[in-house]
Amino acid sequence: MKISEKQILSDDRGMRVIRMRISARHIGPKARPGQFVVVMTGEEGERIPLTIVESDQQSITIIFQEAGLTTKLLGKLEPGDSVYALAGPLGHATEIKDYGKVILVAGGVGIAEIYPVAKALKAAGNQVTVILGARTKELLILEQELKGQADAFYVATDDGSYGRKGFTTDVLKELLAKEQYSLVYAVGPIPMMQKVAGAAKDSKVRAVVSLNALMVDATGMCGCCRVSVGGETKFSCVDGPEFDAGLVDWDELTKRNRIYLEKEKHICKLNLR
Amino acid sequence: MKKEPVKIKEAEAAIRAGNFEEVVQGYIEEEALAEAGRCLQCKNPACISGCPVGIDIKKFIERITRKDYRGAYFTIREKNNFPSLCGRVCPAEYQCRKACVLTRKGSPFASPEAINIHFLERFVGDYGMKNKLEAPAQAREDLSRFKVAVVGSGPAGLCCAGELARSGVKVVIFEGLHKTGGVLRYGIPPFRLPRDVLDFEIDYLKKSGVEIKTNFIIGKSETLDELFAEGFSAVFLGLGAGIPSFLGIKGENLCNVYSANEFLTRVNLMNAYKFPQAHTPVSIGEHMVVIGGGNTAMDSARVALRLQKMNGFTPDTTILYRRTEAEMPARRLEIEHAKEEGVRFRMLVKPEEFSGDASGCVRKLRCLECELGEPDSSGRRRPVEIPGSDFTIDCDLAVIAIGLKANQLLTKVTPLLKTDKYGDLIVDPGTMETSIKGVFAGGDIVGGEGTVIEAMGMSKKAAQGIINYLSKK
Repeated sequence: MKISEKQILSDDRGMRVIRMRISARHIGPKARPGQFVVVMTGEEGERIPLTIVESDQQSITIIFQEAGLTTKLLGKLEPGDSVYALAGPLGHATEIKDYGKVILVAGGVGIAEIYPVAKALKAAGNQVTVILGARTKELLILEQELKGQADAFYVATDDGSYGRKGFTTDVLKELLAKEQYSLVYAVGPIPMMQKVAGAAKDSKVRAVVSLNALMVDATGMCGCCRVSVGGETKFSCVDGPEFDAGLVDWDELTKRNRIYLEKEKHICKLNLR
Repeated sequence: MKKEPVKIKEAEAAIRAGNFEEVVQGYIEEEALAEAGRCLQCKNPACISGCPVGIDIKKFIERITRKDYRGAYFTIREKNNFPSLCGRVCPAEYQCRKACVLTRKGSPFASPEAINIHFLERFVGDYGMKNKLEAPAQAREDLSRFKVAVVGSGPAGLCCAGELARSGVKVVIFEGLHKTGGVLRYGIPPFRLPRDVLDFEIDYLKKSGVEIKTNFIIGKSETLDELFAEGFSAVFLGLGAGIPSFLGIKGENLCNVYSANEFLTRVNLMNAYKFPQAHTPVSIGEHMVVIGGGNTAMDSARVALRLQKMNGFTPDTTILYRRTEAEMPARRLEIEHAKEEGVRFRMLVKPEEFSGDASGCVRKLRCLECELGEPDSSGRRRPVEIPGSDFTIDCDLAVIAIGLKANQLLTKVTPLLKTDKYGDLIVDPGTMETSIKGVFAGGDIVGGEGTVIEAMGMSKKAAQGIINYLSKK
């Protein structure tokens, strides 16, 4: 569980997005697109889920944003250091097959999560369209990597500093209005995924999202990550993390993801002064 | 003249409810001698039949009376690898103590006069721990060439590993979490089972040659087939009952409605009671409500109350249960402890609906009153709702402690493993072998939720099954 490579992908006023390769012979060979690992930085640390972006026989690669305490502590680690705990691969893998024409939409650090899916869908013969979103040009990550997998490629930035000014969903709506697609796959902030769900529904296209619910054990034991999908309670960790976007109760997910916000702010202040 | 049972010393309720230190203090030597001296040394001791692992209770108590604590320790160790642990968590009043001749006939659980066997076991176990007594290995030459994988490091896995290691088999335990102990660590709070005791029992295993791999999820990191391909000759599955049940009522996904598993895991495994020194948070409410009547409900309520006290809240934790205290499956001792500490009990209540505020946090719980009807299949009287008896209570944090289902992480990806309708593994009751040759199982993954010692009983049987299986190889 030793870190072998570290690369800063972007830096948003100290909130960096970091790519890390970690040796993980018990995970790498089994990891499939869409799956995640649980990471701990220390014995008293939290267990947090992070998507597996790349994997090989010896290692996995994760990409994370220094948003909370655990990701900030993780960001302080350097090649040669080890994480305290690393378990996986967890969750269901993405269903990879030839759907025909697919659109992948991602915003922020969610871009990291669609990369393995884009690669696999492309390899399975799909015609892949990628739409990436970022607040500003400097925060856009994995552009070249995703461009390499895409038959059509779009970028939207909030401030118009790169690509077109606006949201990924603006591009998505236009594309869906012009042509028929068989699948939309989206990962990003909840409001973005919710908008994607709406746009896909309007165009009667199936949309799949990978949710970022809070987790503890991440193996189905605690129910922290429960989400309402089509009126049924599901556990993101073992039933997901991917669900049919049209069936997710976004309001509930938004609220549940905010439970510990105050405590998180408090602990960040204490530990990172 | 009849001698009175020797009371166990306990931390004072008002003080202990403000910390996570051990509540029950254990006997000192004089007390243990006095209690052991009460044992009638029956010709046909019924207590032994009440022990799921068949400890020679009569003999170990007799050893205590002769101050042969070493002898007492090894007597217990013959049948039970974890005396310090079982002496603390066994529901003795439903097992050995209930079978004790001093328990009144027909009593649903042990009478107060019954010998305090569990406290004596704990005394002996702690003596062994303090004096670093090591049971002689009974290693068999012919078994040393075999390697067995034990999946899960809860009570079942630890027990099976201990039994196998003692016979000379090389054992590797695979644990999915970052720490060992399973439910002993994530479920049972430190004030019932101090972590140094748990760590000692696990270190004891390691010293006897057992290798432990944490963060290793069989079914995810590796399949059963791969374990065999790697050279393991047999596998033991102690997967546990890890999936929480929910009530299925409205509002159950509101913020701060927890499963007992999540609430306890945050506090016990992740040390959320030390937040922010430990990084995992847990919410604390002004009006905490725990739903259920088992040990997990008692643990949850006592944890909830401690969190309130330690964080400057006025203690207000209530247990809601559909039946009455007599039907509660929890250990009587835990019920008493919870009450002493200030947990309120509200019986004959069925939760109907949670409601919350604009931020999605739970605020109220609407309930119905119940009365007891005819006995159901469990033999306990069934709770019957009283129509129109609705009432609403304040509830800004709820813990649902109504039971657990089989952990299906491995069984779902291993279709050859036959399970029953509950997802529990089907085994040969004689050998504990599953539907896959060379794969054995025990604990809650077989037959559903039970006690620590029941899990150990099954695991001992499975260990014997594995040894017999290996002997024929």
